[in-house]
Amino acid sequence: MSEIPILSILIFIPVVGIFFMLLIRNNDDQSSQNLKNTALWITFLNFIISLSLLFSFDLNNPDFQFVEKYAWIESGISYHLGIDGVSILFVILTTMLVPICILASYESIKFSVKEYLISFLALETFMIGVFCSLDLVLFYLFFEGGLIPMFLIIGIWGGERRVYSTFKFFLYTLAGSVFMLLAIIYIFISTGTTDVETLLVYNFTTNEQLILWIAFFTSFMVKIPMWPFHTWLPDAHVEAPTAGSVILAGVLLKMAGYGFIRFSIGFFPDASEFFAPFIFSLSVIAIIVTSLIALVQEDMKKLIAYSSVAHMGFVTLGIFTFTVQGIEGGIIQMISHGIVSAALFLCVGVVYDRLHTREIARYGGLVSKMPFYSFSFMIFILASLGLPGTSGFVGEFLVLLSIFTVNTYFAIFATTGVVLAATYSLWLYRRIIFGALIKDDLSEMFDLTRREIIIFLPLIILTVFIGLYPKPIINIIEPSTEKIVNQIKMKLD
Amino acid sequence: MQSLVYILPEIFLFIVATVLLVTGLFLKNIKIVNLLAIFSLLVAVFLILNQPFQSAFLNSFVVDEFSLVLKVMILIGSIASLIMFVSSKDDLNINIYEFPILIIFSTIGMMVMVSANDLLAMFIGLELQSLSLYVLAALNRNSLLSSEAGIKYFILGALSSGLLLFGISYIYGFSGNTNFNLIAVNINPESLGLIIGIVFVLAGLAFKVSAVPFHMWTPDVYQGAPTPITGFFALAPKIAAMGLLVRFLFNSFGEIYIDWQQIIFFISIASMMLAAFAAIAQTNLKRLMAYSSIGHIGYALIGVACFTDEGLRSLLIYLMIYLIMNIAVFAFLLSLKRNDGYFESISDLSGMHKNHPLRTMLIALIMFSLAGIPPLAGFFGKFYIFVAAIESQMLFLAIIGVIASVISAFYYLRIVKIMYFDEPKEEFDGSSIKSLNMLYYPSSILIIIFFIYPSPVINISEYAIQSII
Repeated sequence: MSEIPILSILIFIPVVGIFFMLLIRNNDDQSSQNLKNTALWITFLNFIISLSLLFSFDLNNPDFQFVEKYAWIESGISYHLGIDGVSILFVILTTMLVPICILASYESIKFSVKEYLISFLALETFMIGVFCSLDLVLFYLFFEGGLIPMFLIIGIWGGERRVYSTFKFFLYTLAGSVFMLLAIIYIFISTGTTDVETLLVYNFTTNEQLILWIAFFTSFMVKIPMWPFHTWLPDAHVEAPTAGSVILAGVLLKMAGYGFIRFSIGFFPDASEFFAPFIFSLSVIAIIVTSLIALVQEDMKKLIAYSSVAHMGFVTLGIFTFTVQGIEGGIIQMISHGIVSAALFLCVGVVYDRLHTREIARYGGLVSKMPFYSFSFMIFILASLGLPGTSGFVGEFLVLLSIFTVNTYFAIFATTGVVLAATYSLWLYRRIIFGALIKDDLSEMFDLTRREIIIFLPLIILTVFIGLYPKPIINIIEPSTEKIVNQIKMKLD
Repeated sequence: MQSLVYILPEIFLFIVATVLLVTGLFLKNIKIVNLLAIFSLLVAVFLILNQPFQSAFLNSFVVDEFSLVLKVMILIGSIASLIMFVSSKDDLNINIYEFPILIIFSTIGMMVMVSANDLLAMFIGLELQSLSLYVLAALNRNSLLSSEAGIKYFILGALSSGLLLFGISYIYGFSGNTNFNLIAVNINPESLGLIIGIVFVLAGLAFKVSAVPFHMWTPDVYQGAPTPITGFFALAPKIAAMGLLVRFLFNSFGEIYIDWQQIIFFISIASMMLAAFAAIAQTNLKRLMAYSSIGHIGYALIGVACFTDEGLRSLLIYLMIYLIMNIAVFAFLLSLKRNDGYFESISDLSGMHKNHPLRTMLIALIMFSLAGIPPLAGFFGKFYIFVAAIESQMLFLAIIGVIASVISAFYYLRIVKIMYFDEPKEEFDGSSIKSLNMLYYPSSILIIIFFIYPSPVINISEYAIQSII
């Protein structure tokens, strides 16, 4: 237990940042530049602080660390924070992606800069809060609170159909989540507490578990998203500004995966076991169907959005095998997808900033004009399709390994998804980067600027590093994952 | 004589109102009358806080924790609407010194309502409140809409009072008493006449809280009445009528709660659902707020339907948060002023975040709060309501509640959409009014930071309900 409430600091530094931003009054170019710099430094500071978590994190301790607990609403509902091996990486992923997002918005956001940055900082608070909270009400607060800034980010700075998309995003997720709220209230009433640590060792009756599991599931299913409730995601991605897509794919989707690991299988193992085939079916359908849909997309962002749904299918497959490899694979897949898909959206953003279109057919032959860009894009495309040596491979491999031990048929179908992923990814790459540079407006394209290189460099390094040497990551995840699996086994017996 | 001490705040306000009525004739300065009225309401708050808990007039008027909390809330609502009045009276053409006096009279009525422990005291309070409100609604004599609102409110209000009185006579006839406690003692659960009486009284009270199916007057009156008065309608009378409803049902008919529970159950669901759908099509902000308040009353009624202390507690939490949110909304509405004209159409808000970033951001958050999105205060209101509902096995109500809140999120979001996503119009000049900012900023900031330290509101509610159950 550290003395400094480091998690609270992480959560509330962006809030302090918001106050700073509110103090900057003027609305000219100079002040908006100042605003961007301030936001960048605040979020970067947050990133540095979150890295200190890694150093003081006890690798051999599977329990929650950096725990803070204060009385909050009433007895049973407290302000309880803590992270373990499952959540620490998500916290760092979040704090890493937010400065990148702000850096990526330097050129592309031209109006209402202050509101934009405030939304992002608020969003960061909520996202970190989700991964740190060890109280269901607190979790719900952060989980739903994130909707407000995201609604504004898509709605104000989005593309043409932004209003439709952002309403769809908001109402879909809200409708999914309210049932989780009812479930949380039910848990609060029947057990007298919403404390996660207490509930993890609490035994619900099987009937309770089934109902509560469904309530949690509706929320996470919409958020992660699983087929057939994924349709909000392509819309939201397409219309969101680049940074919005990055954060949406990079972190928001992971909240649901994290929820599955922490709550669905942790609280309701019987129900999870009962519904596992159902989840497997949905996941496999998602992997195959959305991969096929991705093949025919004309819009780059839409293609990557559909591929996200497919990748999240692997995550749910892994989690519901209840094996150490499966859950680890799911987590690594989420981390990897958080880096890779975020990077892919950034790649789209780079060419979008130059040509202002996302239509794949408008591009072609970029390699001759943008070699560095083509190289970075290649790394991420390969990681996305799960090439060995990239981060995408580790997660997918572990997931497939675990699902193979549980059910061969699902494993076979899921593996076809890998092939399909290779097809749509490589085809996308070929259409944009290769071929002859025949379109006139493309001759004006220039390669990555220094700012963009700074954005891509850490992502490339991480992608390759995790791919080649996943051991440190696994070391962090493993003890907590083993603990979760043991707990489930114990409860099931 | 002893009893008079227990109605000291009411007597005090009555004297103030009478004196102001006379002096107002000679004092040409409305501002001073208004200031005196605000001041005397503050004094009344002080008097209420220092009152001993006791029942007076043969137990027909009780002063207890419940009435104390509700009275303070009502007075806060009245003070807020007086502040709104002073900031807008010249432009709204309601430069009439009777306004603060009528507000005080109506406030006295409401204070009697929440203290009433007798059918007659209840009726007296209700009528004093309503008659003042009828006049207030029609205060803008030159406006057709305002007169229409006044007439409509008066006719429907008179009808509802008639129903209420009819119900009272049934209850008296079949129980032989008018005192709530004595009714409870002499209750005959089999008596059909009593049930008929309850139904009629509930119909009358549902009219006052504007619950479906007695809500028809609300949108028209909200729209027609001058905005400070609409604000007053939204704030104080709802709280008073809710308090009265609780005392009437819990004190006298607690034993046969099965019978009235279904009625509350129905009007609660109907209010939530109707408001959620009907508000979607509105184009006028005040009309929209009317439907929004119908919906909120629906949620608050869940707390009544539970018939548990948990339910009552959640009701009070809800009402407190509702009060603060509405103060913010109506202060905001009054600041939508340009060249001495007020704007109340939703489309007038278009793109206003460009010109008024901070004000728009706060009202957007208030909208999210009204929709019940965490971490804003509105979420906690709903949270406690649902806790109460699930605890008393009314899962169905809770499910309808969350569905209605998702649907109603749509129209709140539409306001945010218009403010943020659409093309900006001309600047409003209302932001310079200090007295409005005095209401707007503190109340909206309270809503936003509520989640950090929610205990005071919860403790106050727990304090208030101890005298009821």
